[in-house]
Amino acid sequence: MNWTLALPEIVLAVAGLVILVAGVIPKDRDTTFPCAMGVLGAFLVTAVLVIAQGEGTAFGGQYVADDFSAFMKLLALAGAALGLLLALDWNASQGLSRFEYPVLVLFATLGMMVMISANDLMSLYLGLELLSLPLYVLAGFDRDNPRSAEAGLKYFVLGALSSGMLLYGASLVYGFAGTTNFDRLADALSAQSGVSAGVVVGVVFIIAALAFKIAAVPFHMWTPDVYEGAPTPVTAFFAAAPKVAGIALLVRALSGPFGDLAQQWQQVIVLASLGSMLLGAFAAIGQANIKRLMAYSSINNVGFILMGLAVGGESGLRGVLLYTAIYVAMTLGSFAVLVAMRRGGRAVERVDDLAGLGRTDPGMALAMAIFMFSLAGIPPLAGFFAKLYVLLPAVEQGFWLLATVGVLASVVAAYYYLRIIKVMYFDDAAPAFDARPAGVSVVLAATALFTTFFFLFPGAMLAAARQAVAALVG
Amino acid sequence: MLAVGLAHYLTVGAILSVLGVFGIFMNRKNVIVILMSIELILLSVNLNLVAFSAQLGDLAGQVFAMFILTVAAAEAAIGLAIVVIYFRNRGTIEVEDVSTLKG
Repeated sequence: MNWTLALPEIVLAVAGLVILVAGVIPKDRDTTFPCAMGVLGAFLVTAVLVIAQGEGTAFGGQYVADDFSAFMKLLALAGAALGLLLALDWNASQGLSRFEYPVLVLFATLGMMVMISANDLMSLYLGLELLSLPLYVLAGFDRDNPRSAEAGLKYFVLGALSSGMLLYGASLVYGFAGTTNFDRLADALSAQSGVSAGVVVGVVFIIAALAFKIAAVPFHMWTPDVYEGAPTPVTAFFAAAPKVAGIALLVRALSGPFGDLAQQWQQVIVLASLGSMLLGAFAAIGQANIKRLMAYSSINNVGFILMGLAVGGESGLRGVLLYTAIYVAMTLGSFAVLVAMRRGGRAVERVDDLAGLGRTDPGMALAMAIFMFSLAGIPPLAGFFAKLYVLLPAVEQGFWLLATVGVLASVVAAYYYLRIIKVMYFDDAAPAFDARPAGVSVVLAATALFTTFFFLFPGAMLAAARQAVAALVG
Repeated sequence: MLAVGLAHYLTVGAILSVLGVFGIFMNRKNVIVILMSIELILLSVNLNLVAFSAQLGDLAGQVFAMFILTVAAAEAAIGLAIVVIYFRNRGTIEVEDVSTLKG
């Protein structure tokens, strides 16, 4: 019994319980800030433990630790920590200063880590639910705001439906393949001469449920509503960390246990990728609300990530990992700007509210311009390399349709990214925003530096991603 | 006398599951009905798992069913809490009124 392998998750879970108790006990003081710092500290300790973690499986094959899980877990932890930093000042200014917020973020992150390390349909499901349940609460966190409550309700109903689909698929796979363990599934499915229809139907159900979690077409309908209704820092969190976990799970499940069914699932992923890229590009054009616009932008980006997964192989999956890492940095950076969009303490979220930011806050406008150019894929920013590393394998492997649509979709998407830059620099100045909070500045600086200077040191990231992929396909 | 076999259980499971999905999408009245539909989907999956588990002579399916029951309880609690805050804000839980956010 080598339960010590799961030490990062165990430490994070215990820290969550301790912080929850510590937050409740003092009756006369607001414990939000100490709790948030405690959660950030727990993330840091967990990250160190993840780096120091060995390799292997534990808990009777339910849990697996390898280079892939370490890469994705560090990414998820970084995304969650930056997302939490954005929330601190916002929650205080909007009267949402409750210590449950950091604790919910912590448990959602624990769910992501369990998902990333899942090696069995059971731990997959438990991790997914441990992620989803805190997210439902976070979406409705601004509970006196009808829009937030509605976002929570919509997310809950559609999320529960997708969990149901995942379970139905898992039950079919279990029944027709005879096991829920990923390693034994891989053996069972490769040994069979013809795969039974039950397994294929089950896999399609599981893919549909995971596509819902990462908001890929045709399971994206909840995204714009939830992104718009939820409080902005919660949206920032939604857009970054849970996607990492969902993509990690999709990559692990499709390249591991269901790797021999590539014939069957590849078409599904190709269609989801094409649909996401096109819908994300075209539906965002008319949006006046910048949170809705970013929702469609995230759908567009997920399309590119799925392109790498559809192409598969060593280079395709490496593209998936790099794109995910760069996407997290770009998205958190742009959402940091959205969090800072406040006038007289009230949040504003229309694209026009950014007018004249180039004169009222040149630093933030520059950072936003970097993120928008990067999302549009302009070299030498990180977003260009992200797109390069998924488009190149697609061309090399002969996926011409995917590559062509990808390039066209990114041209269309460039229109609305560049429109934001035009509004910031060339429109008549709107009144200045409130003073930029420290947490926002930290996140802005970190992500803008990463996005700008990625081209100087791509080697380290490339090597890490290559190592992570080798753990999966090698 | 017809023996009840795996196929019968799977058929009942599939019917319950489809009923649950239709309950979510066709229902125009009340959010509580949606919560009931979600429970129906989860229980149909449990039926599937237990039937498969008996057929395969493997306990993993029943363990999975236990986990699903536990999570379903937590999910129902959170769902009801969200419905309560929604009702406080809007004074209604009619499904047709859940449409402030769109575009």
